[in-house]
Amino acid sequence: MYQYDKFDQSAVDARVEEFRDQVKRRLAGEITEDQFKPLRLMNGLYLQLHAYMLRVAVPYGTLDSRQMHMLAHIARKYDRGYGHFTTRQNIQYNWIKLEECADLLAELASVEMHAIQTSGNCIRNISSDQFAGAAADEVADPRPWAELLRQWSSFHPEFSYLPRKFKIAVIASKEDRAAMRLHDIGLELIMRDGVLGAKVFVGGGMGRTPMIAPEIKDFIRAEDLLSYVEACLRVYNRYGRRDNIYKARIKILVHEIGADAYRAQVEEEFAHVKTLGIDPPLAELERITAFFGTPAFETGISDTVDRADPDFAVWLDQNVKPHKQAGYAIANISLKPIGGIPGDASADQIDVMATLAKHYSFDELRVTHAQNIVLPHVAKRDLYALWQALDAAGLANANLDLISDIIACPGLDYCSLANARSIPVAQKIATRFASAERQRDLGELKLKISGCINACGHHHAGHIGILGVDKKGVENYQLTFGGSGAEDVSIGKIIGPGFDEDGVVDAVEKATDVYKALRTDGERFLDTYRRVGLDPFKEAIYG
Amino acid sequence: MKLLTGNDLPTGDVVWWTGKNWSLHIAEAVDVGDAGDAILLVEEDARRVNASYIVDAAMTPQGPLPLHIKDRVRAAGPTVRQDLGINPAINIVKA
Repeated sequence: MYQYDKFDQSAVDARVEEFRDQVKRRLAGEITEDQFKPLRLMNGLYLQLHAYMLRVAVPYGTLDSRQMHMLAHIARKYDRGYGHFTTRQNIQYNWIKLEECADLLAELASVEMHAIQTSGNCIRNISSDQFAGAAADEVADPRPWAELLRQWSSFHPEFSYLPRKFKIAVIASKEDRAAMRLHDIGLELIMRDGVLGAKVFVGGGMGRTPMIAPEIKDFIRAEDLLSYVEACLRVYNRYGRRDNIYKARIKILVHEIGADAYRAQVEEEFAHVKTLGIDPPLAELERITAFFGTPAFETGISDTVDRADPDFAVWLDQNVKPHKQAGYAIANISLKPIGGIPGDASADQIDVMATLAKHYSFDELRVTHAQNIVLPHVAKRDLYALWQALDAAGLANANLDLISDIIACPGLDYCSLANARSIPVAQKIATRFASAERQRDLGELKLKISGCINACGHHHAGHIGILGVDKKGVENYQLTFGGSGAEDVSIGKIIGPGFDEDGVVDAVEKATDVYKALRTDGERFLDTYRRVGLDPFKEAIYG
Repeated sequence: MKLLTGNDLPTGDVVWWTGKNWSLHIAEAVDVGDAGDAILLVEEDARRVNASYIVDAAMTPQGPLPLHIKDRVRAAGPTVRQDLGINPAINIVKA
């Protein structure tokens, strides 16, 4: 885990006091809402449908038990006893009071956390692979690079007022667990001839115009990475559109001028940026990397797990993933109970996860873009005890990557931008497929729901996606099939006319019936759809 | 009928114009007729409420009910956490 130095801490502390004064002036009527709004947004404070909402940054989704306990404390003291983990690996609180917000931020700062740059047209939280440092298939730990980018992008004077918000993901495995190519910049760390570097993808994103980022650079040496990313941003900052919010993201720029022309601009800028010396010296890189050292794993411990308890065995098969260290495993905690609210966790549950991380996972937790939590380093001998503790807290849902492991945005239940509710649809689908056997028979099926075209629920990347729209004042739901945010990235296609809330649940069920009838051995829903096309699904759903 | 709504400045709570003040309960909201913009102008100067706007509504036996679902959700609270709603009895789906 990275730990703040005195500069990090003093910057965050100063920001809290600055915001305290801004809030005081707003409450005293000394500044208008138009004047105050950009100030509160820079500190992650939105005004949503029912109240102020605070989005707290969890850098690259990594946090320790002390920070997790603080998130539980915040939920109890300043919110209504729960928090919502987001598709950006952050956490949101839905019921924050403006008059208490500075005190809240001061408490966050005491554990090296903040809400800076979780809103606004700046570089947002850097996202990464939730299995970083534990995955058997990574070429390097992506977190030091994500941390370097975090430091570089925090308060970056040139990139604080970009044409639009900007999202960067860093991964280091062939398997993409971070939807990397659906980011403004996606970095895939790779080794070439023994040298660490990165493939650079620019111009991906979801929203109303979903695009898969094209490859802009097949290999940039790690020592040049920061300069190259700076060059990518500079070209965007110079040519990105500021006259039309719907055309302001970098994906539109790259699409309109073409990847080749954009690449040429970046290469020219890179040649200049490289002379400025912004890449960190080796000593600084080593300082950052040292924070992400390998935990003190025991060697020679057993790889065997007693599967006598059948419920535990199901969770083991579904939620536990291989670790690079013999005798250890990666434990995924699903925040998707049947009929629950995807991504929500009570303060008590957050405390339980923090305590379990301390006991069983070298004090580390990760937030995933699928709105789940990961304990990255669990000794296999501890898995059963861990599962029992999770089960007692309602956190042992054995549904990772199954149809009930649904990504859903807050939708019209909370969000002022939404056109339709997302959560009730997720709840109905999860309830329809409540049977564990039925879900496991369907296998990996990533279902994602957004309550508006902004696509915070990643519906474009769902094997089955659902988009809520407003149809003459009535909620209506469009279905898309064939999306993926993984290494086989693709954008889903709308299958036909939309449905009401119950109709879309029926349509999903019919689609799974078609899949079961047509699948061949080992095929996922997505594979079958890609092989047979849309027609048999349309016939079953609309015929 | 037309109602006025906004968010209380210090707390963020959804509030409704009662004719003299702002209330958490839509049942206490009054029809402002054509006076909405003028009231909002005065209230903006008072700086008690944020993001205020005029809502189209209908009077029902249960009280004023916004015509648009978004405003009904605002009035009721999250439909998925009725324990947190201030007016959870409001029918969200049917105006």
